[in-house]
Amino acid sequence: MTTTDTLTDRPLSASTFQHLSAGRRLRNSLATALVTGAFLVALIPLGWLLYTVISRGYEAVLSDRWFTHSLAGVMPEQFAGGIYHALYGTLVQGVMCALIAIPIGVFTAIYLAEYGRGWLARTVTFMVDILSGVPSIVAALFIFALWITVLGFPKSAFAVSLALVLLMLPIVIRSTEEMLRLVPDQLREASYALGVPKWKTIVRIVLPTAFSGMITGMMLAMARVLGETAPVLVLVGYSRSINYDVFEGNMASLPLTVMNELLNPEPAGMARMWGAALTLVLVVMFFNLAAAVISRLSAVKTK
Amino acid sequence: MAKRIDVKDVNIYYGKFHAVRDVTLSVPPKQVTAFIGPSGCGKSTVLRTLNRMHEVIPGARVDGKVLLDGENIYAPAVDPVQVRRTIGMVFQSPNPFPTMSIRDNVVAGLKLSGVRSKQRLDEVAEQALRGANLWNEVADRLNKPGGGLSGGQQQRLCIARAIAVQPDVLLMDEPCSALDPISTLAIEDLISDLKQHYTIVIVTHNMQQAARVSDQTAFFNVPGVGEAGRLVEINETEKIFSNPDQQATEDYISGRFG
Repeated sequence: MTTTDTLTDRPLSASTFQHLSAGRRLRNSLATALVTGAFLVALIPLGWLLYTVISRGYEAVLSDRWFTHSLAGVMPEQFAGGIYHALYGTLVQGVMCALIAIPIGVFTAIYLAEYGRGWLARTVTFMVDILSGVPSIVAALFIFALWITVLGFPKSAFAVSLALVLLMLPIVIRSTEEMLRLVPDQLREASYALGVPKWKTIVRIVLPTAFSGMITGMMLAMARVLGETAPVLVLVGYSRSINYDVFEGNMASLPLTVMNELLNPEPAGMARMWGAALTLVLVVMFFNLAAAVISRLSAVKTK
Repeated sequence: MAKRIDVKDVNIYYGKFHAVRDVTLSVPPKQVTAFIGPSGCGKSTVLRTLNRMHEVIPGARVDGKVLLDGENIYAPAVDPVQVRRTIGMVFQSPNPFPTMSIRDNVVAGLKLSGVRSKQRLDEVAEQALRGANLWNEVADRLNKPGGGLSGGQQQRLCIARAIAVQPDVLLMDEPCSALDPISTLAIEDLISDLKQHYTIVIVTHNMQQAARVSDQTAFFNVPGVGEAGRLVEINETEKIFSNPDQQATEDYISGRFG
C-alpha cells in the first residue's frame, strides 16, 4: 500500500518522457535523409527533361505562325511554318478515341461495380487486366491486321483512334470502377429504401457522387494516349499539310512530327522537333490541369 | 395510412448461413415496436426483411410470410420497389445524399419517382422538415448541401426524407447509435410524435431507449456463434421490463449477460 502511494505521489522525473536515445535520434535522421534524398533524386530527371524540352523548343513554339500554320511548302532548312496540322491531328485522334472509349468504358465499369457477379464479371476483369498490359505497338498491329488487311480500309486517322481506344479503354474502366466502388453502399441503400429502382439509383445517386473522380480518370487517360507514338507510326502516313478527313489520307500528329523532323539534319528541323515535343508536353499538361480544375469544381460540397 | 405487419414463420438465410429461425410476431399500427437483443441476434436482419431491404445483399433470402395489412410482401408478383415505397427506413448512421441540397435530399424520393411540380415539392419539403423537427434549424439554408449539418440534424434530415414519401410504416435501424445524448433525445421526442401517424419499428441497443419510446418490445437472442438467432419473447414494453415471461429476457434486461 505505502509503496504504491509513494510511487503515485512522487512527481515524475523530468527525464522520463524527454529523453530521446542517441540510437533513435540517429535512425530518425537517417530515415529522414533517405526519403528526402530519394525524392530529390526522383526530381532530377523530371527537372532535367523539362529544362531540355523547354530550352530547345521555346523559340519554335513562340514563333508567330507556330499554332496557326502547317508545314506545307516549307523547305527543310527554312525556319518557317507551324504545327497546326499536327496539333489538329493529335487532338482529333484523341477526341475520336475518347468518344468511343469513354461510353464503352463507363458502361463496362458500371456493370463491374454495380451488377457484375460470378464468372462473367471475373472474365471481364481478367480481360481488362490483359488489355491494360498490351503494348501500344501490338494494339497498333492488331488494328492494322483487322481494319486495313482484313476489312480493307485505307490507313487513316480513324484507324489510329481505334488503336488508341484499345489503350484507353482499360484505363477508363479501371478508374471509373474504382470511383464507383468508393461510393458508400449506405447511399445506395438509402435510395432503395425510398422506393427508387436500382437503375435510377445508379443514374441519379451513384454517378453524380462519383462524377468528379470519373472525370479526373478520363482526362488522365486522354493525356496518356495523346503521346502514343506506335499507333501513328503504323496506321497513318505523315503529312506536312492539313488534312481534315479522318477516314482517308495522311494526317500529321505531334509524335509523328517529332519523328519526321528527327530525320531532318538541318537546324530548322531540330528546332521544329523540339518545338513539337514541347507542344506535346503542353497539351498533356493542359489535360492534367483541366482534370484538376474540373474535379475541384465538381467535387461534392459540404458548405 | 398506418398499417399493421404480421410476420409468420420467417426464416432468413445469407447463402448457406441460417441467420434467423422461425420468427412470428405482429406489429400493431400506430405503435412503436422495439427490437432488442445482443449483437448478432438477428434483430437488424429481421427489420430489413420487413421492407425487403435485406435482399440487396447478395445471397440473402427469406422463407415465410410478411403480411402488410394481410398482403404478403413476399408473394411472387410483388415488386420490392413498391414495398420499399410503402415501408420507409432510417439507417444507423445518417446518410444524406452528398450531391444534393437539404431541400433536394428531403424530396429525393418524390423527385426520383417523377414528381416535377416545384410548388408541390416545396410544400412537401417544408411539411416533412416540420414533421422531423428540423424546419426551424434549416429553413434559411435549404439550398445548402445536406452534408454540412451536424450528425443529429443529418439523422433528422434522413427521417424527413423517409417520411416525405408518406410511407405506411417506418423502420429505424439503431437511429441514435451514432448520436450524442441531446440529439438522441430530439429523435426520441420525434418518434413519439411520428407514432400518431405511422407504424414504427425500431432496433436499439439501448434498453432505456426501448423502455422510453416503445409500446411493445421484442427480445431476440442467439444461442451461440454461428447459430441462428431467434425471437425469445414479444410483449408489452412495461411487462418486458418488469415481469417478462421468459427467464432469458429477464437475464438480459437485468444485465446478467449480453
